[in-house]
Amino acid sequence: MNNVRKQKRANKSLPFFFKDEFKVSFIIVFISIILLISTFSFDIVPPILNRGIQPATFPKALLILIISLTLIIYYLSIKNPWKIGKKLPKTFFLTLLSFLIFVIISKTLDFFLAISVLSIFVSYNWGERRIFYLLLVSIIFPILVFIFFETILGLRFPPGIITNLYYY
Amino acid sequence: MLTPLFSSKLLIVLLFGTLFGLILGVLPGLGPTTGGALILPFTMTLDPLSAIVLLTSIYCAGTYGGAITAVLINTPGTPAAAATCLDGYPLAQKGEAGRALGMATVSSTVGGIFSVIILVFFAPLLAKLAYEFGQPEYFALAIFGLTMLSSIGEGSPIKNLIAGAFGILISTIGKDFMTSIDRFTYGINELSVGIGFIPVVVGLFAISEMLTQSTLLDQVFKRVALKAVKLPTKDDYKKTWKTILRSSGIGSFIGVLPAEGGTVASLIGYSEAKRFSKNPEEFGKGSIEGIAGAEAANNAATGGAMVPTLALGIPGSATTAVILTGLIIHGVRPGPDLFREQPDFLYGIFGAMLIANILFFIFGFFGAKIFARITLVPNKILWPMIFAVSVCGTYSLSQSIIDVWIMLFFGVLGFFMRRFGFSVVPVIIGLILGELVEGTLRQSLVIFDGNWLMFLTRPIALTFFILSLIALAFPLLRSKKQKK
Repeated sequence: MNNVRKQKRANKSLPFFFKDEFKVSFIIVFISIILLISTFSFDIVPPILNRGIQPATFPKALLILIISLTLIIYYLSIKNPWKIGKKLPKTFFLTLLSFLIFVIISKTLDFFLAISVLSIFVSYNWGERRIFYLLLVSIIFPILVFIFFETILGLRFPPGIITNLYYY
Repeated sequence: MLTPLFSSKLLIVLLFGTLFGLILGVLPGLGPTTGGALILPFTMTLDPLSAIVLLTSIYCAGTYGGAITAVLINTPGTPAAAATCLDGYPLAQKGEAGRALGMATVSSTVGGIFSVIILVFFAPLLAKLAYEFGQPEYFALAIFGLTMLSSIGEGSPIKNLIAGAFGILISTIGKDFMTSIDRFTYGINELSVGIGFIPVVVGLFAISEMLTQSTLLDQVFKRVALKAVKLPTKDDYKKTWKTILRSSGIGSFIGVLPAEGGTVASLIGYSEAKRFSKNPEEFGKGSIEGIAGAEAANNAATGGAMVPTLALGIPGSATTAVILTGLIIHGVRPGPDLFREQPDFLYGIFGAMLIANILFFIFGFFGAKIFARITLVPNKILWPMIFAVSVCGTYSLSQSIIDVWIMLFFGVLGFFMRRFGFSVVPVIIGLILGELVEGTLRQSLVIFDGNWLMFLTRPIALTFFILSLIALAFPLLRSKKQKK
């Protein structure tokens, strides 16, 4: 709670473009405008075939609604700033990094290797130091999951350096 | 009704189906629909009654199973359990996982049994009523479902509306269903089929929760308490029996409509529980009524969804579409004649659903104490395991690695949404109802030559619009009354 108050106070003293409320609203409006512009490139149904509304009309209406509502919440936030939690810790960024590592390994090497690497990386960074538990989350459990999905549910996983050992 | 089931073979089939459904319901990404589809080829070796009994028991138990992970790890095992997360997980975080699971089990069972009774007595009548629903009526129903956006979750109503509109926007990605024109696909082939429901749900709930837990590592052991294994008290049941009955009725009715089945039912059941509650401020913070409202409704929808399936041959949900396929491949023709010509077969199905509800009650209620112990597992071991299951479950849906990346994207997005006060639940509601809203609106306009006023000429649609207005006005009126 103290952290929230401190953050709120710190936020108040910043210029408007550094405030979280502005940054979040700006990102939402910016992305919505880009999407709105892209709706103008959707194919159009010729008038002779068109019954009802064009395919772009509904998304356009939604994007305009999102932009309008975002401007309203930004206006309201000037008087009543949002409550935003404390600064994000190092473990959060490491967990985020593990997702990136997962995507790279699953794309280039192996799907299950990616799961194992992420599991050991997250578990270690979250404070686990016992070898047995690190092995449990990174090797034993993924193998059990693989067996369940592969043999019982008949699922075929994408090929990779480890998965190929099983398949070929 | 139960006589055809008194054979050891059918009881074994029921037991296996219930356990299999429960396991699939618990695993995020899988569920009764996937389970039914997986088991369908194996039913060819069984006689028609055993095959349909197997499929219906998977359906009933799988729908309930989704609540277990929703309560324990904020990850709905099935989409129908998304509303259960809202109060189930906060209650588990308070160290009362057993109470939350127990309530989910009891309300699911009551909802399930209630809907079977409805099915037995009112199937032909309800099927006729469902037949009265045209596109304008479905549009009005979807709008009624969307009215909960402003009141659901803890965040500001405007933020909820933004999140809901974003959810509806996601549902527009892919080929337009009426014209096959690509929308927001940007030349990526995988996006032309749209964004699946499961990657979004698992991402927004499970992965974003994992990121949230990574910021709370210093608080991990505070929520662990011995009362995690305590079951609901008599007071809890006294407090919730009206909610359970109301949601059972709502779920049975929504289930009958060939729409979204249990998912829409649970959201409306939850929303109505909050509207009628004496303590609406507790919703989203671990309200026992919230769990009862959502769970009774989604399980009641199982029986409801069987009504059009059996009486008209129109599936009431995705899983009943699989059951319908099972009926057809076994040479059973659903329709009004089925009630006249094969009553024993029908009563066998009804009885199987009844027993499946009792069986998952036994597994769930007595297993709640064991399941609740999951909350005692340290996060540094639990979450990497949840990640592995979530990734495989999401991948299994269409065997596409793109789905896994979409799940991760929505996980990160969900984390930042929650951080800045946007609830992720409206995104799910928008995604569920988006296709229904746009589809029925556009089809209605085609049918009525673009005349918007025709919505007001349809009695059922008009009733839903009036109910929507009441639903929107009700929280405002109540807050004014409370201020006075």
